[in-house]
Amino acid sequence: MTKKSTRLVPMAGMVILLAGPLQVATVAAAEGASAVAEGKAISFKRSKGNCLACHMIEGGESPGNVGPPLIAMKARYPDKAKLRAQIFDATAFNPDSAMVPFGKHRILTEDEIDKVTEYIWTL
Amino acid sequence: MPASQVIERICLEKRHIMKKTLIKMGALFLAGGVALAAQAATPEEDRTAFTNHYKFRFPDVPMEEYPNGAYAIDKIGRENWEAIEEFPPYEPFIDEGQEMWETPFANGKTYKDCFSDGPGIKSQYPRWDKKQGMVITMALAINQCREANGEKALKYKKGPIVPLMSYMAFESRGQITNVVIPEDDPRAMAAYESGKKFYFTRRGQLNFSCATCHVQNTGLKVRTEVLSPSLGHTTHWPVYRSKWGTAGTLHRRFTGCNRNIRAKPMKAQGEQYRNLEYFLTYLSNGLTLNGPGARK
Ligand code: HEC
Ligand code: HEC
Repeated sequence: MTKKSTRLVPMAGMVILLAGPLQVATVAAAEGASAVAEGKAISFKRSKGNCLACHMIEGGESPGNVGPPLIAMKARYPDKAKLRAQIFDATAFNPDSAMVPFGKHRILTEDEIDKVTEYIWTL
Repeated sequence: MPASQVIERICLEKRHIMKKTLIKMGALFLAGGVALAAQAATPEEDRTAFTNHYKFRFPDVPMEEYPNGAYAIDKIGRENWEAIEEFPPYEPFIDEGQEMWETPFANGKTYKDCFSDGPGIKSQYPRWDKKQGMVITMALAINQCREANGEKALKYKKGPIVPLMSYMAFESRGQITNVVIPEDDPRAMAAYESGKKFYFTRRGQLNFSCATCHVQNTGLKVRTEVLSPSLGHTTHWPVYRSKWGTAGTLHRRFTGCNRNIRAKPMKAQGEQYRNLEYFLTYLSNGLTLNGPGARK
């Protein structure tokens, strides 16, 4: 993982922790951070992503283990688009996947998937 | 997160992925079975494929444990369950059911007039009925008896059918599951095949088949629920479920599993669920009946 700048934006400690070191200008960073926070909420909510049903995620309670723990995501998905594609439709990569095709079956909107991707990428 | 912690996590994950690979290998047995099925695998070949899959996944679990569902494979859940079984929550249902069994209908007859072998007849169901050309389950037989005697049919998921079936299940304890698919009527095999197809078809907004959870991912957890093997799925009904706060039937459970994946549930005791029960119970052939049961 290479980081050109690790300028920390003054903001609620929680959010900084979640988003990790931010690399962009203040305004964009603020937007990014709120996308991350929203993405987290969508990921955790049972009626939305409910990712915890199957994945261990730092800070999430009673996770299942049908899927692998979601950690070190940037290292494993340098290409964010690929991560998004996995969330959009896991069956595109593995037809037998037990993962819910969130985009293809319109469980989450495009915008919600963008935000979930932003959040998952910080893990 | 400190680097050491990250590495520890990744090691954990590697192990998880290795585990998944092994599971996939196990699934091959089944995939083989299913592929065979396309070329008309016999029900016995299906049952063997399932048995081998679970034996591979749970090499230390003896066959006679499968009627205990998730508690055959989940140590922590099992402790709670054993404590619950000390004062079985389904006991009042058995007593109430016995009273129902013994109480005459308005016409003076009793269930015994329909079921001459007495209440302990669970191992005779589900069975293929050549005359009616359909799978007859015990629940359906109960209502056919009632209607033949001028009584109203009971509901199939909850209500008074549950105590009656609990009593009959209790009286059937120790019998061995023995579903027969008669060869002299091709419609029986067609019913089995349709139940099997239902089991393996992905459905609902969440895109799951029964097999996704109970074959491919059995032993793993969805949230805190350990996914049970399908061998043993039918031995212990009705079940007192803490989540329901009461006892319910197998078809109520089917409805629940269908709802969880945001699929429209089928009609309890409709053709699809009866055929599913026929297929699913066949898989448990050889396993001992142990109903009624308790689950969290
Ligand atoms: C019902 C189970 C289930 C749910 C719910 C689920 N996943 Fe998955 N996920 C899996 C499985 C199983 C895999 C393993 C790879 C495969 O089969 O696609 C996986 C793989 C992944 C991967 C790839 C991980 C890697 O190591 O390459 C990502 C990223 C992911 N899931 C994200 C999510 C997100 C984000 C959500 C919620 C919005 C979610 N998953 C919900 C089951 C699930
Ligand atoms: C999304 C995952 C999922 C799917 C899909 C699913 N189930 Fe389940 N099922 C569960 C969970 C979780 C439980 C409760 C824990 C357990 O016993 O496995 C359960 C329990 C059951 C039980 C009760 C087991 C017992 O010991 O009492 C039966 C029977 C059952 N499922 C049958 C089915 C059938 C048939 C289908 C398909 C129509 C199906 N399930 C689809 C998750 C699923």
